[in-house]
Amino acid sequence: MIGIAGYGSYVPRYRIKAEEIARVWGQDPENIKNSLVIEEKSVPDIDEDTITMSVESGKNAIARAKIDPQAIGALFVGSESHPYVVKPSGTVVAEALNITPELMLADFEFACKAGTAAIQCCLGLVKSGMVEYGLAIGSDTAQGKPGDALEYTAAAGSAAFVIGKNPLATIDETYSYTTDTPDFWRREGESYPRHGARFTGEPAYFRHVIAATGGLLNKTGMEPKDFDYVVFHMPNGKFPLAAAKKLGFAKEKLMQGLIVKAIGNTYSACSLLGLCSVLDVAKPGQRILLTSFGSGAGSDSFALTVKECIEEKRGLAPLLQAYVEKKSYIDYANYVRLRKKLKM
Amino acid sequence: MRKIAVVGIGQTKSGEHWGSSLRDLAKEAGKAALQDAGLNPQALFVGNMSAGRFAGQEHLGALVADTLGLRVPSTRVEGACASGALAFRKACLAIASGRYDVAMALGVEKMTDLPTEEAVTSLMAAGDQEQEASVGLTFSGVFALIANLYMNRYKLSREELALIPVKNHKNGVNNPYAQFNFEVTVDDVLKSPLIADPLRLLDCSPISDGSAAVVLASEAFARQCKDPVWVLASEQATDALALQNRKDLCTLGSVVQASKEAYARAGLAPKDIDLVEAHDCFSIAELLAYEDLGFSEKGWGKELLISGEVCIGGSIPFNPSGGLKLGHPVGATGIKQINEVVKQLRGCAANQIRGARTGMTQNLGGSGATAVVSIFRGDA
Repeated sequence: MIGIAGYGSYVPRYRIKAEEIARVWGQDPENIKNSLVIEEKSVPDIDEDTITMSVESGKNAIARAKIDPQAIGALFVGSESHPYVVKPSGTVVAEALNITPELMLADFEFACKAGTAAIQCCLGLVKSGMVEYGLAIGSDTAQGKPGDALEYTAAAGSAAFVIGKNPLATIDETYSYTTDTPDFWRREGESYPRHGARFTGEPAYFRHVIAATGGLLNKTGMEPKDFDYVVFHMPNGKFPLAAAKKLGFAKEKLMQGLIVKAIGNTYSACSLLGLCSVLDVAKPGQRILLTSFGSGAGSDSFALTVKECIEEKRGLAPLLQAYVEKKSYIDYANYVRLRKKLKM
Repeated sequence: MRKIAVVGIGQTKSGEHWGSSLRDLAKEAGKAALQDAGLNPQALFVGNMSAGRFAGQEHLGALVADTLGLRVPSTRVEGACASGALAFRKACLAIASGRYDVAMALGVEKMTDLPTEEAVTSLMAAGDQEQEASVGLTFSGVFALIANLYMNRYKLSREELALIPVKNHKNGVNNPYAQFNFEVTVDDVLKSPLIADPLRLLDCSPISDGSAAVVLASEAFARQCKDPVWVLASEQATDALALQNRKDLCTLGSVVQASKEAYARAGLAPKDIDLVEAHDCFSIAELLAYEDLGFSEKGWGKELLISGEVCIGGSIPFNPSGGLKLGHPVGATGIKQINEVVKQLRGCAANQIRGARTGMTQNLGGSGATAVVSIFRGDA
């Protein structure tokens, strides 16, 4: 049985409220909160980045897996905010987690779905016997252009998964759907990504999330009612609800993983933190469906089954809720300082 | 002058056609109109405002003719948002001259390939670059200036102005070609984001992709077709390009002149018109149209709104299709309006006015520097 041997989450402590951003830009906060279905988002401290957050979530995942870090033979860090353009984030993370030097490693980027792509690669390597365990991480300190709609949601967080034997949840099947759809991008040297406004909806998010989820259901012969929980990528609070409705999933099955309202869209960590939130409460035997989305564009869909050992492993690291609740509010001025948005 | 009739119509849905190019849109509307007419045009006139900026494509006469497999003289006509009606009028004149018996007018615009801010900048190319755009005016700003003055001078309240988008959204609910099929309330309008004070999002027409086409024929040819709709008049007038050079901001002089000439040519008066498809690019523009087309004294247009006379069932329904509020593919709009009036006069509109016999279209270019007013009559 192969699957998630350990999982770990991490969310920075700082929060900025949607009202505060709306105040600065002269927008109606109620209108923003209603249209994006978001209250606040996480903000990384000045010394936090994809690398430091990956170490935090990675530590938690290894603790839950109850393995010697040296047993990990592969590490992939997925992010669209790698601190270096050339030089991997993963090497620093690997040294900090003591999983070097016999290690296969690369950084991944696929907008918000690089983390789920990392899980799929680890799964393939473990299944083929090339490595005993693989560590897949999705982390981001997402960039939102000041004044852009994305500024309300672009947040920071990390989620890590040890893939291997003795899983707390088996990965029963996975299915991906990918096309060249330029809905959101950031070119070399640019500070902030750009997006195609409403084009990011129907032809991008909904087309890929629905096709990947539909493909997975088809491949497994399962139906929405067979799953106890469902997690979709959450660019805002509205899209996953609409996707669930279109696919025929009851709203209640989405709510445990719908964490965007409290922490924002953590990009590569987003759907994975939703999965962490579900694993924090799920009972053995329950089934989970996870579908990520990355602009550009693609979706990875997974069917998971929760196993007995989740009960003993869950308490070995902090629950996501602990990170969500441990928060300090900052104003827009401090947000600008911490995110180094002030250029002189 | 020779009698001319519309003998074929076709249009695409207005909206964000991410899967269709400029060419695809023109093909869909053009083929539909050709099929409806069952006649082959001898000349083609293409209405388009800014494909060069919106899609990097000029030379639309050839592009559209080629797309439709027509090897006939084809000419692009430009007059900002009135490009469609100008192309239509050119086709009328071409047949009236006796040179052709069947001509086609097709309007097309592909606007959503640009980000909103670039689309707004491109639209402002229809204003005066030196005297308006250079000081930061956009079209919503231009119409906001008009709205502010009008509201102040004629004591029009913000709530009263909101009745126009409320009416047009209601009218368009069942229009299969509309970009939006939902109703809004006065409260929705007043709470929608502010665009250019006092105009809010729901006062503004959207950025749209779309195309519409009509086939026109001389009387001899039209008599062979079913349901010809006769063109009683199609008149065009010009005013100052920049708002500051107009005699009065609250009157669109081009509309007054074009409509006077259209009534005279048709031998009709406002009381003879059963419905109007008007250029409500912003809600204030429809209110000006009530007055400038002669349905109300200046300053009293709101009475038609409050009493419901411009609603379905009233004496002079305005925009039974939902108007520009539910789709404004700029170069196609003038011909889209004609499509809607033809359907009304054929008795097959989605929001049919009972007993409609005579219809009018009013298409504006820019803030009214160009205006085209046309009058149609059904055979029924």
